[in-house]
Amino acid sequence: MTDISKEAMMPSRSFLSQDAIQVFYRLLAALLICAVLAVLSDSFLSLGNILNVLRQASLTFFIASGLTLVVLTAGLDLSVGANVALSACIAGTVIHKTGSPALGILTGLACGGIVGLLNGIMVTALRIPSFIATYGMLWVLNGLTYWYMAGETLHGFPAGFRQIGSGYLFGLPIPVYLLLVFLGIGTLFAQRTIWGQEIYAIGANPVAARLSGIPVARRLLLVYAVSGTMAGLASIIFLSRLNSAEADIGESLTLPAIAAVLIGGTSLFGGVGTVFGTFIGALILTLVLNGMNLLSVSANWQPLVTGIIVILAVWLDMKTRRRAQ
Amino acid sequence: MSSAALAIEPASPTPLLELRGISKEFPGVKALDDVSFAVFPGEVHMLLGENGAGKSSLMKVLCGAYRADAGEFYYKGDKVAISSTADAQKLGIAVIFQEFSLVPHLDIAQNIFLGREPKGRIPGTIDRRKILADARRVLGTIGFEIDPSTTVDKLGVAQQQMVEIAKAISQNARILVMDEPTAALSDRETELLFALIARLKADGVSIVYISHRMAEVFALGDRITVMRDGRRIDGVRPPDVTPDQLVRMMVGRNVDMTYPRNFADQPGELLLEVKGLSSSTGISDINIEVRRGEIVGLCGLVGSGRSEVARAIFGADAVTSGEIIFDGKAISGEPDLAARRGIALIPESRKSEGLALLRSVSDNLVVSALRKLFPSGLFDQRSAQRTSDGLIRQLRIATPSARQTVGLLSGGNQQKVVIGKWLAAGSKLFIFDEPTRGIDIGAKSEIFALIDRLVAEGAAALMISSEQVEICHVCDRAYVMREGRIAGHLTRSELTEENIVRLGMHHA
Repeated sequence: MTDISKEAMMPSRSFLSQDAIQVFYRLLAALLICAVLAVLSDSFLSLGNILNVLRQASLTFFIASGLTLVVLTAGLDLSVGANVALSACIAGTVIHKTGSPALGILTGLACGGIVGLLNGIMVTALRIPSFIATYGMLWVLNGLTYWYMAGETLHGFPAGFRQIGSGYLFGLPIPVYLLLVFLGIGTLFAQRTIWGQEIYAIGANPVAARLSGIPVARRLLLVYAVSGTMAGLASIIFLSRLNSAEADIGESLTLPAIAAVLIGGTSLFGGVGTVFGTFIGALILTLVLNGMNLLSVSANWQPLVTGIIVILAVWLDMKTRRRAQ
Repeated sequence: MSSAALAIEPASPTPLLELRGISKEFPGVKALDDVSFAVFPGEVHMLLGENGAGKSSLMKVLCGAYRADAGEFYYKGDKVAISSTADAQKLGIAVIFQEFSLVPHLDIAQNIFLGREPKGRIPGTIDRRKILADARRVLGTIGFEIDPSTTVDKLGVAQQQMVEIAKAISQNARILVMDEPTAALSDRETELLFALIARLKADGVSIVYISHRMAEVFALGDRITVMRDGRRIDGVRPPDVTPDQLVRMMVGRNVDMTYPRNFADQPGELLLEVKGLSSSTGISDINIEVRRGEIVGLCGLVGSGRSEVARAIFGADAVTSGEIIFDGKAISGEPDLAARRGIALIPESRKSEGLALLRSVSDNLVVSALRKLFPSGLFDQRSAQRTSDGLIRQLRIATPSARQTVGLLSGGNQQKVVIGKWLAAGSKLFIFDEPTRGIDIGAKSEIFALIDRLVAEGAAALMISSEQVEICHVCDRAYVMREGRIAGHLTRSELTEENIVRLGMHHA
């Protein structure tokens, strides 16, 4: 029977899936960076520093986790940073006006979500490439935020609200708990729900996904809305941690989030990557920047190092995947 | 059949090109195993074999894209090396792949002389007049009358193929390798290609011709080499063999060339009713009925609107007027709605429209059935793989496991995965668009057996095919399309190739 002989001849896939292998390599890289920093700097392994790294990584992760879903569909959301700024300013205003943190949090999340949904509508109904739609949205949001804030700074929020970003519970910063919760939810959503599977399928081949009966437009709307809502969540943490909001806070957030996604092994071509990988990506990025601070390397070098890590990570990914094919 | 009885006497004593003992191995796969192969001047040498038999690998070794691990090359009796595409080009070997290598927005002349453009007086420019004159001359030698300043993206498939051939001829190709050149051509275009092949042959050009179509093999071939599992099985001459014998050599077992079909005495209840359907893609006033237990053919020339009808029924193209009634209820909307109601589309290009090639067999098999398999919305990889394992056994998909990347399977097995995903979804109407394109003969009859079983169990099928033989053997009845409309309907007793062609032809 020729079928059987063909079967024997075909290269078989290893037991671990490609995704698992990629995440494993990244964990190794993160541990290696930790080991190097532990040797080079006495203060790296202090509890305070480690918690600081985790807290910093969490902010990048919140934005990057939603972005991961967008990138999994072969899209991109360039508006996340600007979305954080607008959501933070609106949420801050609501808290100031009403004195209710709960209302402020809800408004921040809603603002982020609505912006995401608008991105989704541009991508699905108007068929504008996501890169361009969200790039335009970035400018629109910046414009709105600058107009709304008119150069003002919001400052001083209730102590209870500030606990979200700077408080501790059983010795761990609260953002770290939130990080674990959303890492869990994100991973479950992507790996263990049928929507997650459909998102991977859309990224792998959008035409085949549509002709396989997947409601592609609805899933894309969901994905962009989730990305926006996560930006809304990040805006709350940001607001609560800094205890202030200005119009320009989002400008330094988008590119690191994209870097975390890429370092985390999610392919810009879609269909490949994990939320957990993005977490490791955010961690590696934060670790390197933290290490450079500890070793008193000038901050001017940080963008260059980030760029090299992104290029290196993507190149190694493509190399190992090509070998696996 | 003994190969000794069919020993070949060469047309001329020295082959133009001879390959001896060529082997090529990839990790885990022996693509070519001690293959010897000779091309004589001015002959058409047919290369036959199922998908995965090693034809493509042999072709790539010939043109220098692959480097053979072992074996020798002889050109007019002298030992030569082919270790790069440049080597092959120097020996006058040119390949016309199925996917053309033309630059769409350049014109015909620029494409023919790409990288070899005659230089103009000002450095960095092209001598426009000379390139056009040269192109006209080359086009003239192959009898292709067209303005060489036409950009390639305005050309049809057949014309692009002509440009590819012109390009090869302009490089003084003496051996032209063609990979299924008629796969995308109409009958008329095929005739023109055959005429050109005869002309090239008369000029002493040798042609290595890969084909899946038996009729071509006998119409064109001077000699036939059959390959299977990376080995050369036999070399024969057309008058000495029958199609059945060739098929047996290709598959290594007996395959029933008459497609399996158990016709039902009575068609079942009405499943699909299309009334006056028009769509944005140019089909108009389509009326079709499909009953349970039926395989209904949808024929006509390529471009007559068959695929567009399939896409409109499935919701993939916008319907502008008319009605689709499925299982008693009107249906309109996106493909997800049609799929949920029980319509399945097995698209023509399975790689670009049917599969996520980089994902696993399992991922692809369950993608349309996620809601059915996991009603809670929670996905379970193990349960998905169990379902996939069942389908892999049922459809006899040759894959090491459900985790295998689907892009690594052969064409026939990929097609089974596309069908399998709709079996998992429990579809009732299967719309097949060219279900056997690019699939080897063994897998073909398996797929027809599968369709037969599906309709016997109460499903129905609407089948588009350019292979009229297949339609005639398999279908209960057929609609024939012409220029976006239904030109006629043929019952089982009227269903002949002649009738299909007569209805499908454009009237002068």
